[in-house]
Amino acid sequence: MAILSKEEAQAILKKVLSFSKADSCELSLNGSDGGNIRYARNAVSTAGQISKMSLAVSSTFGKKTGMATINEFDDESLKKVVARSEELAKLAPENPEFMPLLGPQQYADAPTFNAKTAAITPDSRAEMVGKSLQVSKAAKLEAAGFLENSTWFNAIMNSKNLFAYNKSTDISFSVTVRNQEGTGSGYIEQRFNDLDKMDTLALSKIAASKATGSAGAKAIEPGKYTVILEPLAASDMLGNMFRGFDARSADEGRSFMSKKGGGTRIGEQLFSENVNIYSDPMNPDVPTAAWNNDGVPINKTQWIENGVVKNLSYSRYWAEQKGVKPLPFNRSIVMEGGTQSLEELIKSTEKGILVTRFWYIRSVDPQTLLLTGLTRDGTFYIENGEIKFPVKNFRFNESPVIMLNNVEALGKPVRTGNGMIPPMKIRDFTFTSLSDAI
Amino acid sequence: MRRRDFLYMTGLGLGASMLESVPVFGRAISIEEALTPVDVKLKKRMADVALNSAKSKGATYADVRIGRYLNQVVATREKQVQNIANTESYGLGVRVIANGSWGFAATDNLSDDSIAAAAASAVAIAKGNSKLLTEPVQLAPQQGFGEVSWKTPFEVNAFEVPIKEKVDLLLNVNSEALKGGAKYVNSNLFMVNEQKYFASTDGSYIDQDIHRLWPTFTVTKIDSAGGKFETRTAMSSPMGMGFEYLTPKDSEKIKGGPVTMYKKRYDMLEDVTEATVHVEEKLKAKPVQPGKYDLVLDPTHLFLTIHESVGHPTELDRVLGYEANFAGTSFLTLDKWESKKFNFGSKQVNVIADKTEQGSLGAVGYDDEGVKCGKWDIIKDGILVNYQTIRDQAHILGLKASQACCYADSWDSIQFQRMPNVSLAPGKAPLSAAEMVKNVEKGIYMFGRNSYSIDQQRYNFQFSGQLAYEIKEGKIVGMLKDASYQSNTQEFWNSCTQLCGQEDYRLGGTFSDGKGQPGQASAVSHGCPTSRFNGVNVINTGRQLG
Repeated sequence: MAILSKEEAQAILKKVLSFSKADSCELSLNGSDGGNIRYARNAVSTAGQISKMSLAVSSTFGKKTGMATINEFDDESLKKVVARSEELAKLAPENPEFMPLLGPQQYADAPTFNAKTAAITPDSRAEMVGKSLQVSKAAKLEAAGFLENSTWFNAIMNSKNLFAYNKSTDISFSVTVRNQEGTGSGYIEQRFNDLDKMDTLALSKIAASKATGSAGAKAIEPGKYTVILEPLAASDMLGNMFRGFDARSADEGRSFMSKKGGGTRIGEQLFSENVNIYSDPMNPDVPTAAWNNDGVPINKTQWIENGVVKNLSYSRYWAEQKGVKPLPFNRSIVMEGGTQSLEELIKSTEKGILVTRFWYIRSVDPQTLLLTGLTRDGTFYIENGEIKFPVKNFRFNESPVIMLNNVEALGKPVRTGNGMIPPMKIRDFTFTSLSDAI
Repeated sequence: MRRRDFLYMTGLGLGASMLESVPVFGRAISIEEALTPVDVKLKKRMADVALNSAKSKGATYADVRIGRYLNQVVATREKQVQNIANTESYGLGVRVIANGSWGFAATDNLSDDSIAAAAASAVAIAKGNSKLLTEPVQLAPQQGFGEVSWKTPFEVNAFEVPIKEKVDLLLNVNSEALKGGAKYVNSNLFMVNEQKYFASTDGSYIDQDIHRLWPTFTVTKIDSAGGKFETRTAMSSPMGMGFEYLTPKDSEKIKGGPVTMYKKRYDMLEDVTEATVHVEEKLKAKPVQPGKYDLVLDPTHLFLTIHESVGHPTELDRVLGYEANFAGTSFLTLDKWESKKFNFGSKQVNVIADKTEQGSLGAVGYDDEGVKCGKWDIIKDGILVNYQTIRDQAHILGLKASQACCYADSWDSIQFQRMPNVSLAPGKAPLSAAEMVKNVEKGIYMFGRNSYSIDQQRYNFQFSGQLAYEIKEGKIVGMLKDASYQSNTQEFWNSCTQLCGQEDYRLGGTFSDGKGQPGQASAVSHGCPTSRFNGVNVINTGRQLG
């Protein structure tokens, strides 16, 4: 019984609060139920099913906070966990950044739960993997993949009568298909809240065609190229950039968002004018809970508008220091794009490189957000609007900030990881060396 | 929420702090509870319930792991404590072979009924998976050891040291940094205790008590007018030791170079004092001129190059394709090993896998499938001679026994092949780093880990350090910035021309190496001496934002 309803969660949390003797008390209850299946060399290697639920109690006396968690839910256990958090609080040093608890808030009810996804069984997982294996076996290719689904709920309550609840589902699938000679490799991954959108057969066919199509790659000179980044590749670059969308580190002078002489770069035109990025928990394609762990409501937020930095995230503490409203970050970003498909972007390209995905991206210089990494699982040379031949993988050294200043065109956004990301055509993307990896 | 989401969010909240790379899970407990291990008789009884249930349901082999994983974290910044957390995760995982297939199930409800049900569920999953089987699991034979135990050799149990002493140490470190002109400083202590019990139908009942710790800091200075900032992290290493690692000892220091280096005792206060000077120098350092340089790499840096370019490509599961969908495969294919003449590196290069080295993160008595740990050659005189294997892989290499490389990061994770300590043997003759530098005409001397990236078959890599010094005609002439080296694994190890001696040998390591789906973390050390690599390509990574 790892997935509680709103009413069940509320009842447990109310009971726990009644045991509290602290100045203030915050509770977080979460449970998950899910399973996974992993395969390699065209056969299942491991499979598992995990169900767990846990309660965290945070008690505060003055500015001293202690936290304890438990996974037993009888009255004695609940009393014990509250008492333990209170003991730890008394031993803890004062936290000068402690913020008084929030009172009740209004939250939107985000469409994060899908009943069909919640009903997935080990058999249905095996059936979905079976479809993927069917593709690789028929084409005499070798597949390695991973399918995972989960249903989870989170609920928070505090001694100032704040209560929030969310229930979500998720299914994710990824597969790498390689040819038997090891000279070609293709990959795809997809993630949805809704099981009906997941088509492991169609996805595996894409990975298989990339495996076949990438065989016999030619070496071309590294250098600056126009690239078409598939949404997966573009998403990895953006994800690394948004880790820095934090006001505190910018104000402290240790972020690429720090302004020379002090302050943040909010309001500056840092990117091309066609860059518009927001997040919205109610977006039906990438819904998320409409509150964060502190109970702060998450609303639709514009992060970048026409290339101008509109917002950075503020914790409750930092917001108070700066006299602004707290603004939680929401990872489910939506980057607006155009209407062109990936194929149309390729057609409009005279010379360029198509990148399926990047791998092993690491920060090289946090001041410029320079990142390094490699292309992987399908890199192709484009000439006169057509894919001409596969090319060997490159190492790149590029900053997503510079990249988003060189946007030639954006295609139609698609669900990618936790976001909606368009394929992007970027000029002057910097490849610095070749890799023999396939 | 998934584990990787949790890690990502933790990273977001903490900005530049290093907490993001270290998973801390489980329930929070008091320190008194942490010091009381579970009675070994109770563990044996629970294990037998699982093994008997698995056998009665048709398992031809079963093993059970009862794990209690304790973590303690003390995190501070400047003058304040950010977090003190004690967490525990306790439960049981059972793995079986039935109809030739693996099956696994885990539970944190340790009643007899729940344990028996988990074992039955593992057998059911194995039988289900066997329908998609291509070849049955072949396990290398393994004798049962009866009831045995092993414990990390340490002088001071880090979990017994009062929190106040740890907080005082870190706040003193921060105070030194602030005195030295640092604008920001984060310092952290991570401590781990794995109380693991393993039992199998081979007749082993193995009780192990494993300890690790990692003290670390980041010092930041800001040039606000120029809009620049620089950081320097600690030259400590995560170790398989007790709190004694944090008691400085002169005989465990190497002085005389531009950076004080530490062997099996670390002086955190001394290191942070040096760091504040270094970070100032970094703000004023000269940009590197791209080109070919002879690199002199200190063990605080080289350990990670070994990890990425030797450790990972010699994992047999990667070579065979089991990790193709995530971490990748390996350029060290079986034909290269079979040829017995694949020239991995120069003749000086000897790489040894060792799960017994005292003080290392990977040292245990037995692995997570009950195999006694040992030591073996991976690269001998520059030639690839072996890989890293577990019981169901040993037959592929014609080995009669596993090399004890099996590990799971939790009771609810499935054990699989993980890297042992993989270390570069020191040179046979005594040679200090200072003497090595004297013979370098045009070089760069690098310390500490920074950016690291390598492709999925482990050919092409790019690394940078915390500190890079220019060497001209045998002398260190100043600090460089924006220096990264890019190379190809085989080329790089063939450019290794000189190794310092045993007296310079030190352990580096990583607390949370990621692998597998769902992802699992493991801790592993890599020993090496300061080493020289000739004519390596160095690039300048400096850029300007508008």
